[in-house]
Amino acid sequence: MTKIIEPKKQRNIFSRPSSETGIWSWITTVDHKRIGIMYGYAAFFFLLVGGLEALLLRIQLSQPDNNFLSAAEYNAMFTMHGTTMIFLAIMPISAAFFNYLLPLQIGARDVAFPRLNALSFWIFIAGGLFLYSTFLFGTAGAPEGGYLDEEVSRLASAPNGGWFGYQPNAGLKYSPGTAMDYWAIGLQILGIASLVSAFNFITTILNMRTKGMRLMRMPVFTWMTFAVSFLLAFSLPIIAIALFFVTFDRQFGTTFFLTEGGGDPVLWQHLFWLFGHPEVYILILPAFGIVSEVLPTFSRKPLFGYPAIVFAGFGIAFIGFGVWAHHMFASAISPVAQAGFGLSTMIIAVPTGVKIFNWLGTIWGGKLTLNTPMLFALGFIGMFVIGGLSGVTHSVVPADTQQTDTYYIVAHFHYVLFGGALFGIFSGLYFWFPKVWGRMYNETMGKIHFWLMLIGFNVTFGPMHWLGLQGQVRRTWVYAEETNLGFWNLIVTIGAFILAVAILVFMANWIYSRRKGEKAPFDPWDARTIEWSIPSPTPVWNFSKAPEIKSLDDFWHQKYGEDEDGRAVRREGTDELLLKLEEEGLNPDEEIHLPSPSYFPLILAFGLPFLGYAIIYKSVPLALVGVILLLIGGFGWGTEPLEEEFETSEENPDAKESSTYE
Amino acid sequence: MPRNLLPMSDAHAYPHEPTGVETRKLGFWIFLSTEILFFGTLITTFLIFKGRDFPGIKLTDVYDIPFTSVSSFVLLMSSLTMVLAHNALETNDQEKTRVWLLATAMLGAVFLAGQIYEFTEFYHKGFELSTNIFSSTFYVLTGFHGLHVFIGVVLLLALWGVGQRQRGLSLNEGMNLEFIALYWHFVDIVWIVLFTVVYLI
Repeated sequence: MTKIIEPKKQRNIFSRPSSETGIWSWITTVDHKRIGIMYGYAAFFFLLVGGLEALLLRIQLSQPDNNFLSAAEYNAMFTMHGTTMIFLAIMPISAAFFNYLLPLQIGARDVAFPRLNALSFWIFIAGGLFLYSTFLFGTAGAPEGGYLDEEVSRLASAPNGGWFGYQPNAGLKYSPGTAMDYWAIGLQILGIASLVSAFNFITTILNMRTKGMRLMRMPVFTWMTFAVSFLLAFSLPIIAIALFFVTFDRQFGTTFFLTEGGGDPVLWQHLFWLFGHPEVYILILPAFGIVSEVLPTFSRKPLFGYPAIVFAGFGIAFIGFGVWAHHMFASAISPVAQAGFGLSTMIIAVPTGVKIFNWLGTIWGGKLTLNTPMLFALGFIGMFVIGGLSGVTHSVVPADTQQTDTYYIVAHFHYVLFGGALFGIFSGLYFWFPKVWGRMYNETMGKIHFWLMLIGFNVTFGPMHWLGLQGQVRRTWVYAEETNLGFWNLIVTIGAFILAVAILVFMANWIYSRRKGEKAPFDPWDARTIEWSIPSPTPVWNFSKAPEIKSLDDFWHQKYGEDEDGRAVRREGTDELLLKLEEEGLNPDEEIHLPSPSYFPLILAFGLPFLGYAIIYKSVPLALVGVILLLIGGFGWGTEPLEEEFETSEENPDAKESSTYE
Repeated sequence: MPRNLLPMSDAHAYPHEPTGVETRKLGFWIFLSTEILFFGTLITTFLIFKGRDFPGIKLTDVYDIPFTSVSSFVLLMSSLTMVLAHNALETNDQEKTRVWLLATAMLGAVFLAGQIYEFTEFYHKGFELSTNIFSSTFYVLTGFHGLHVFIGVVLLLALWGVGQRQRGLSLNEGMNLEFIALYWHFVDIVWIVLFTVVYLI
């Protein structure tokens, strides 16, 4: 029988939520694992939406002079595709990994601030819904004498100024209507979510480590989480203020980025990319962390050069703040600045290269197991190297000026963010699948998924390199027959549909394996880090007692010793050790006291979209609703007792039998 | 032990804090570090535009430095009363704690009143939010700071109210006082920078 201490019912604004199962238990949860799972599903939903938008774009471009989408619809689709993939898919799916794994990897029972964690998640949901409500309520009008004469469809009533929102194009004059306001305020709300989680993760890593978990014993994924949290904490304020200015420009007639009143459009570019480039590393570093866990496990070797990979991660994060203007070589910046930023762009390739060599060193001479997560990790290295190399070409200013706004750039950043970040994420999804669900995924389907994705990916984005060098421009809805770009564009579109099939295979595998997959053995991968030393699926309390860490890859060293040649030898009694760990993990012998669920993060989070609508529609009642929700949430939060008087569940032993989520 | 005497924290897992800094306080410091970037971006923008040559009314045409100096002095004094409140709590003088809390909130409110008066004056003189780039950066920058002071005043009054209701602050609420104090001093320091950058140079 398990023991969790049950809080007594207390009255606040509402009585404390108490359901253990069902929808309310998820809505009020503060458990990092449940929040992680919800992040994952929500982000995957948005990934599908963003993918659908991409397919629409590709259908439009499959033939020259196509009429599948109107120009207005095309603009809305590419803007929403970029915004969705970056802010609503990749970032939150990384947050899903952070949430689920971070406390497990440092041996903690939860993050430092469980309710703030729930708040982050609900603000992300609120922000995502707010941004997408533009399809229902938003309007995207045409500038006077602009390209739009036809009636604007619902599909086109979305933000249409690009995910980068360049001014003055995204200003009121050239993007009238409310759609770009939805974009600016939506990103503002999403930014709050990421900022809050950044505080939470930094504090968690610094202060929640278990005994013996020194910084240099932390798994690399935890290190990368740490680096990403710093990037978030120091880059989001910049874009927050810039979006603030945009909202003022559009709503209150200021001219921060408009030359009419003395403002400066290039300032927007500086502020945007000062955030935007660290953002690139926010998207890619989690994938670096994931493959740094997967490669050693399936090579049966320790990670090659652990300190180097850690410091390279922070090197990237640090230099990442000094390269932003390479996005702006075509704008009015001085030759000195161009040279400087070209140089720093070359320099940032150094720590990135260090990491690549570390990964290669890890698999070199290893005993490789080529299962799905490993294949994705290897695919990640290959694709990321291609994307990284085309990235370094951008540091050559004259070449970059030629490539600016062509499909070459599109190819480059998809190799980095799809071939890099998303391949890493898929690797992680397969790798930790048994941990989260207690079941194994289907290996055959996993491999079909990988090969389809690898082929589809290269067919989609490979040809974009030469399409770009031949001069096809981005963000343009048609190209003329005479350009002879039609053939490769058709190939690219076919590739995009192969990718769609790959995603369907992945979903089928996921749904099937979640229900019918084989039961996962304890420690299915013979893994290295301590999250595998507890039963799968993870019990609600994570660790039945605080683990004590003695070395890097602690779990591995519990299982393996070394012979004279330094080869790993499984210790005697390891099988018994694993049995014992499983037994102990399921039956804690002390009473465990978990953070209590709460309604208030949800209430607080859903106050924000109302404030957003209030700004757009200058509506006092909506503002009042928002403020009241914030006040209820804030007051309830502040007065909700953090720790309750507890009674043990001995009194009703049946209530707590189930310890895992099904 | 009664509930409100427990040192409470949202951080449950194990009472093990490798950095030796209380978890909530650590989180709060990280929050403040990002605040620096919020203001940093605003100040940078202000400075970029300050040097530009653009026709129209400028801040130097409308401001009244002696007036703003007085209200700045008031805000600085509120940092002193904040320290006194914290000090009184440390010696467990609950009565005095509340008095100094209220005093801090009042001084903050006086500063805000001064800012509102100043903004109204500027508006009358034709220096409006959307007049030109100088007015826009001025209002957004100082307004953002004013918003921070406002939130601080609300927090101070809330804490004062709690103390008033239960005739004293618990250990946990004492922790909150420390956070509010950190925040308040931060907002004060920012004002010293703003006053120098916006009015004096």
